[in-house]
Amino acid sequence: MNENFIQINGISKHFGNVKAVDDVSFSIKEGEFFSLLGPSGCGKTTLLRLLAGFEYPTNGNLLIDGSDITALPPDKRPTNMVFQNYAIFPHINVEQNIKFGLRKLGLTDDEIKKRVDDVLALVKLEGYEERFSGQLSGGQRQRVALARALVRQPKVLLLDEPLGALDKKLRDEMQLELRTLQKEIGITFVFVTHDQQEAISMSDRVAVMSEGKIQQLSAPNELYKNPENIFVSDFIGETNFLKASTRSKDGDHINVAIEDLGDFKVKNNLNIPENSSDVVCSVRPESMMISRDKSDWDICLEAKINQTSYLGEMTRFYVEVSGINKVITVSSQHFDNQSFENNTCFISISLEDISLLQKK
Amino acid sequence: MFQAWRNLYSKSDNAKAYSLLSPALFLIILVMLIPMALMLSFSSFTQVSMMEIDFTPTFQRYIDFFEKSLLVSLLIKSVKISFIVTLITLLTAYPVCYYIAFYVKKNKMLWLVLLTLPFWTSYLLRVFSWKIILGTKGVFNSTLLGAGIISEPLTFLMYSEEAVIITLTHAWAAFALLPLYVSLEKIDFSYIEAARDLGLSKFEVFWKVTFPLSLPGVIGAILIIFIPTVGDYVTPALIGGTEGRMLSNMIQAYFGKINNIPLGAASATIMLTTVILITAIVSYTTKRLTQRLS
Repeated sequence: MNENFIQINGISKHFGNVKAVDDVSFSIKEGEFFSLLGPSGCGKTTLLRLLAGFEYPTNGNLLIDGSDITALPPDKRPTNMVFQNYAIFPHINVEQNIKFGLRKLGLTDDEIKKRVDDVLALVKLEGYEERFSGQLSGGQRQRVALARALVRQPKVLLLDEPLGALDKKLRDEMQLELRTLQKEIGITFVFVTHDQQEAISMSDRVAVMSEGKIQQLSAPNELYKNPENIFVSDFIGETNFLKASTRSKDGDHINVAIEDLGDFKVKNNLNIPENSSDVVCSVRPESMMISRDKSDWDICLEAKINQTSYLGEMTRFYVEVSGINKVITVSSQHFDNQSFENNTCFISISLEDISLLQKK
Repeated sequence: MFQAWRNLYSKSDNAKAYSLLSPALFLIILVMLIPMALMLSFSSFTQVSMMEIDFTPTFQRYIDFFEKSLLVSLLIKSVKISFIVTLITLLTAYPVCYYIAFYVKKNKMLWLVLLTLPFWTSYLLRVFSWKIILGTKGVFNSTLLGAGIISEPLTFLMYSEEAVIITLTHAWAAFALLPLYVSLEKIDFSYIEAARDLGLSKFEVFWKVTFPLSLPGVIGAILIIFIPTVGDYVTPALIGGTEGRMLSNMIQAYFGKINNIPLGAASATIMLTTVILITAIVSYTTKRLTQRLS
């Protein structure tokens, strides 16, 4: 497996004064399901369009499978794209749409027929050959777009928020299906999305982007458990931030003073220096425990429930801890809004679940 | 009674549609169908003398038309001039619209307004202005004479087929610009990117995607120029001279100084039929062309 199948070397793309992509470098492995995740305007789509050849970089170069594609036009690149709005040609039917990209590959009629039949079976669209774009549902259009790109057997498939237009249920189904499909055919997928849940559930690795830069590139569970900065911690899932300042180091741990709570020793994965006041502690809502009685956890605080929202599989509590002027979010699968008398409760935190992050 | 009307009105979409259309339908019957019926019936009469018309129905006027080689050649010439005008307009307007639709980022409206600005003046004035430009002592000739490029004024510029073609092309260009622009503007740029992504060169993308998707605008432009220019009579009358005369000028003469109303009516009917036939052929072939292209 080629570790550096796609190489992005010092890529920048400026639109006037706007740095849409700002000196980004990383590699994507062969056969990987790779996601570019970030809020709108973070440069993820621009980066994808640079890979497709619809934009050319201001600086840097791009390599796919060892060959430099930086200056190649889209039709000369080993990539194909699934567009956000699918871009199914409206004047030709499904079969002609899928064949559209095969005419330049120099295949015989039999080969073309076989490829079209295979790809239609792959995306489960047999029997839809004669339909036109206007006669298809959103999910079917998405499959046609996928088939049209895959039938060319590209080295890399680029997907620009392909599930954005689908309703929730269909989107969940397609996520699973896309993931299965990718493992089955083994083509490298580069997937752009603003939906963190989508990126986390489908990808082998995720690059979180903001303001044209990569904020963190790692496996989904790493992103969630060990965010490298406040942006990632905030963007992926939900979290509570507590103001803090560092004291002295103790091996791979560090002593911190958390505002209004006191001094604690927490792990220092990011190697944050001593005596810094520019730090925060991040605690996920589901890593905390809410209970009626006091617990023997590292930190146990008495609190008052301000509000609850019942989500079915869990309940989210918005609690006010005595002595801290801040609403903290805690979620629990065991308790719901009926469980507490007088809205009083205890919340417990294990020091292992506190991530120490540096402010910018 | 009122309630009954309301029920009918709310229940039947057809009734609703017809009641909304009724003023327009009335107008069309009054100013289109009745005159057409009159024209058709006049074409079956015979002009006996200056003041006298024989009302016995006959097809003789249509036979007369095809026996007069002048009329047939004028019909062919009208169609030919219109065809050339349509072609030149399309070839010049299409790239302009393509440019505005895909390359102009700001102030698209300003471009369109500037392009259509000359058409805010009356058709007649525009035709006259070409007379001033193309005439023997016109802008064009006096510039060339003054510059010493020619020693005699170019006479083919005025009172010729070419003059009619130039004037009509300019006069109707705006009507081609708008449908073409609208159909190109509507094309989602991601179709073009998708086609490039699927391995087609820029040139192939144009013929396989952009052009087929703009065909509704092209057909619109063809019909909107072809139909009125075939029957145009002002331009050939003012600019064409004897060389640039078209069938419509002859029809006008039959109703006027020649005073053969039945033959004029027959000529007009034949012309109308020709236009309808050509329109049908254009629509049919463009539909086939769309299928062929894809």
